[in-house]
Amino acid sequence: MAVSRPVAVTEIESHFRSEYGRAVATLVRSFGDIDVAEEAVQEAFVVALDRWPEAGIPPNPAGWIITTARNRAIDHLRREASRENRHAEAVLLHLSHQPPEPVGPVTDDRLRLIFTCCHPALGRAAQVALTLRLLGGLSTPEIARAFLVPEATMAQRIVRAKAKIRAAGIPYRVPAEAKLPERLRAVLAVVYLIFNEGYSASSGDVLVREDLCAESIRLARLLAELMPDEPEVLGLLALLLLTQSRRAARTAADGSIVLLPDQDRRRWDRALIEEGHQLVRRCLRRGRPGPYQLQAAINAVHSDAATAAETDWDQILRLYDQLMSCTPTPVIALNRAVALAEVRGPAAALAAIEGLELGGYHLYHATRAELLQRLGRHDEAMDAYDAALAVTANGAERSFLQQRLSAAGEAARR
Amino acid sequence: MKQYLLSVHMVEGAEMPPPETVERMYADVDQYNARLQAEGAWVFAGGLHPADTATVVRMQDGELLTTDGPFAETKEHLGGFWVIKAPDLDAALAWAADATKACGAPVEVRPFQDEAAD
Repeated sequence: MAVSRPVAVTEIESHFRSEYGRAVATLVRSFGDIDVAEEAVQEAFVVALDRWPEAGIPPNPAGWIITTARNRAIDHLRREASRENRHAEAVLLHLSHQPPEPVGPVTDDRLRLIFTCCHPALGRAAQVALTLRLLGGLSTPEIARAFLVPEATMAQRIVRAKAKIRAAGIPYRVPAEAKLPERLRAVLAVVYLIFNEGYSASSGDVLVREDLCAESIRLARLLAELMPDEPEVLGLLALLLLTQSRRAARTAADGSIVLLPDQDRRRWDRALIEEGHQLVRRCLRRGRPGPYQLQAAINAVHSDAATAAETDWDQILRLYDQLMSCTPTPVIALNRAVALAEVRGPAAALAAIEGLELGGYHLYHATRAELLQRLGRHDEAMDAYDAALAVTANGAERSFLQQRLSAAGEAARR
Repeated sequence: MKQYLLSVHMVEGAEMPPPETVERMYADVDQYNARLQAEGAWVFAGGLHPADTATVVRMQDGELLTTDGPFAETKEHLGGFWVIKAPDLDAALAWAADATKACGAPVEVRPFQDEAAD
């Protein structure tokens, strides 16, 4: 027996958290039911709490968790089958024809599970919650806190989604080739939404929000590992890494927001930037550009510049033009205008965003205000900052806008 | 095999398409039905007369009450339906996609509690 050392509960928890998705995914394939899989992993956790502190962490924790959970679930089924439960008998029979160990990366069960969680028959909020619960191993209270929803609401959302999967027969498999692009878009949208929720909103529990960013990057890495030939998957991972690389520079010591041009670039995470750049090169080589790849490429150009003044705005504008041709959304048109202002001046940019249907989006008004300010139209800029303040409740955003508003006010009085 | 209800939802008072479109719809639905049968997915189907031909029967204070008109006071009514057999929701959604193309109205897919006997 190996020499054991004391094992802390938090250490056991962290093993279960990181292996949760793999274990649940494998067991769903075996037992055909998400609740059975989750309960079995939960029971394995109780066993681990009992044994690991004495016996130490097993050499292959993932294998131990899956085997223990599987045995627990089989015990339950045997008891059910002895009560003449035909369904339990059928599952046991089916199990005897399956390999007991998780199979290789190509048919990784987690990929099946993420496509089930992000099935279009489920609403977006349910897709996000299920993905975090089943693949991320986040607890329901954690997910509720992250999305600022009462715990009971989040619990009900997850229960309803799981009930629909069972009742409606949402399948547990990677979609066929013909459906893959459309279904993959939903998966990538869910991962991106999880990241943005963690990155952009500064209200709520900071730790839980950082957890969301870490979790979405973990999911994106998993997808990139399992679907290395899908350029948009690599593009999404690159986009997340490059955005995350600026996280530390994005807020000042007092919690206020620092915009890209004013950020201290020495605080950018070089390792993440390097990895992001490599991914951008790798996916663009495939010659099948898509929205995530292009957004990643734009971020890569930003991170190439040693100072804000050295930014290659021509290239950024070209990338935005390409992005507009594949996803012509008002938000992208707005972001493109920022690049346009650098290349052709604020008047051209202002003309490009007039009439965009983004009245409820504070960054629309803030961008307009910025451009008006640069054109010396201070009174109109102040109105636009007021409009931006009227549509955001986020504390950090508000104090930033207040600051800009009073600066515009001073300029107007001069 | 699971069973699904594919119901066709019609909006009350919506303008009727021109006769040639209606005729093509009927032909498309016939063809669709034939395909459901040929592929063993068919259980039952039917088109319904407009909702104003409906009669509602209910028990009220221990008495049987019969009233004119549809039960739900909405603008949308069930116009027709299919009951199909399919291995899972993706298969049922694929049938529903063909159904909505054939009949030209939105199709709702809802699982039955019981599985098909065969």
